[in-house]
Amino acid sequence: MSALSFRNVWVEYGNQVVLERINLEIASGTFLSVVGPSGAGKSTFLRLILGQERPAQGAVLLDGEPFPAEPGPDRGIVFQRYSVFPHLTVLGNVLIGYEFAERKFSARLFGSARREAIEKSRALIDAVGLGPHADKYPSALSGGMQQRLAIAQALAKQPRVLLLDEPFGALDPGTRAQMHALIKPLWRDLKMTIVMVTHDIKEAFGLATRLIALDKTRRDPQAPERYGANITYDLDLTRDSAVPVLGFLRAQVEAQQ
Amino acid sequence: MTRAMNVVPPRGGRILLAMLPFVLIAIIYVIGSAERRAANPDDKLLPPISEMAATTKRLAAEPDRRSGEYVLWVDTAASLRRLALGLGIAAAVGLAIGLTIGLLPVAGAGFGTLFAVLSMIPPMAVLPILFIVFGLGELSKVMLIIIGVTPTLIRDLSLEVSAMPREQLIKAQTLGASTWQVAIRVVLPQIMPRLLKCLRLMIGPAFLFLISAEAIASDVGLGYRIFLVRRYLSMDVILPYVVWITLLAFLLDLALVYIGRRAFPWAFVQEPR
Repeated sequence: MSALSFRNVWVEYGNQVVLERINLEIASGTFLSVVGPSGAGKSTFLRLILGQERPAQGAVLLDGEPFPAEPGPDRGIVFQRYSVFPHLTVLGNVLIGYEFAERKFSARLFGSARREAIEKSRALIDAVGLGPHADKYPSALSGGMQQRLAIAQALAKQPRVLLLDEPFGALDPGTRAQMHALIKPLWRDLKMTIVMVTHDIKEAFGLATRLIALDKTRRDPQAPERYGANITYDLDLTRDSAVPVLGFLRAQVEAQQ
Repeated sequence: MTRAMNVVPPRGGRILLAMLPFVLIAIIYVIGSAERRAANPDDKLLPPISEMAATTKRLAAEPDRRSGEYVLWVDTAASLRRLALGLGIAAAVGLAIGLTIGLLPVAGAGFGTLFAVLSMIPPMAVLPILFIVFGLGELSKVMLIIIGVTPTLIRDLSLEVSAMPREQLIKAQTLGASTWQVAIRVVLPQIMPRLLKCLRLMIGPAFLFLISAEAIASDVGLGYRIFLVRRYLSMDVILPYVVWITLLAFLLDLALVYIGRRAFPWAFVQEPR
């Protein structure tokens, strides 16, 4: 269970409206892609779920409950860069999640508890294909390997929602294809809800079960900051039909009734 | 024609080039010393190297006639003890406060300006206060080093913490870390290499404060000795002491580099040479 709901959410920075009237129900187990031009509030959208940002109006709910306005272990994240800790080895980077949970003060595990955690960590590291590199530092890894590590790290907490902030944006096309082949089965097996922000339209359509596009629907040339972005397309990609169903049209019709 | 900026000396040549200026300085000194001796056999300003070697041997290998102590080693031990205490305490305090200010916005807002102002106080100006408050013993000398070094460490380390990518701190929180856990497992290990670099830069100032304090009120120490023999124009003592102090500082610097590379190999991966 890990459904997300946006209830009439507005985000404003002072005078500037970033997002307006966001109403969205994301069902548990959805792989949601978020696309849109730069400055349309894609990252703000992600930060709302992360808890880094509070809506000026409305509410974001996780399984129908509000959550604290700070990052927490139920919402994992993989950033485009700087997601892994440079001072820890691959193994240490995954292990630290278990250490945080089990030792409040020292945040270090010893003895059998450590061996157990290492076993779990190694399984995750193998799952993302980093098995032979477990003792390397991140600086010795390529960009794609670092992102694999960031994913393994996030999976250690078994988050209810996994957020991906342009996770493959800095990778070359070949590596990106490998990462796509990695993330899709992981999502299917672990039954997580994934929200991915991306600039790559092909990636957005190829991976997701649902896609939303954010853009400004109203513009005031004299005061461009007065209107925020809204959901302009909401496509269900699970149907086998050639033309995706426009989910947001259905929602609008329902709202008008 | 290769540009001058692209001419790289070979490995052996590098060592040779590094030695060259030292040899040149030694030659110039020897010539100057001989010239002055030729003009005035009682010259004290540039004693010949043989005389300095004899004095150094007397100070290092023969017990003092009055006190029975090996002066050079007693002075060195006293000075290094003060220096180590001062730098050690300054590092611990600087690390704790710098990390707190850098990581916690409330602490930064509350104390950031305070330490920016405090770091502007010339430590030598408060030396009389230290002598009055802590007496003329060891404590006031160690305190001078601490007061001189800590504010710089605090400012540099807190800036280093606030320059850490936000993504890392958020990632740690999504892995379930508390503020304390982020501080000790994510931030602290990552600013340790910076602390060592900072300490390297602060060796010079630390010696400055140490020697000043020893010169003004002390009965043992490297700084005390050179200011004592200054009255007799004993350049044959002062010059070897200066070389010795420089060598100590240089070795301390090397030791810090070595410790950094051994303890934090991840921090030096991308560093050239």
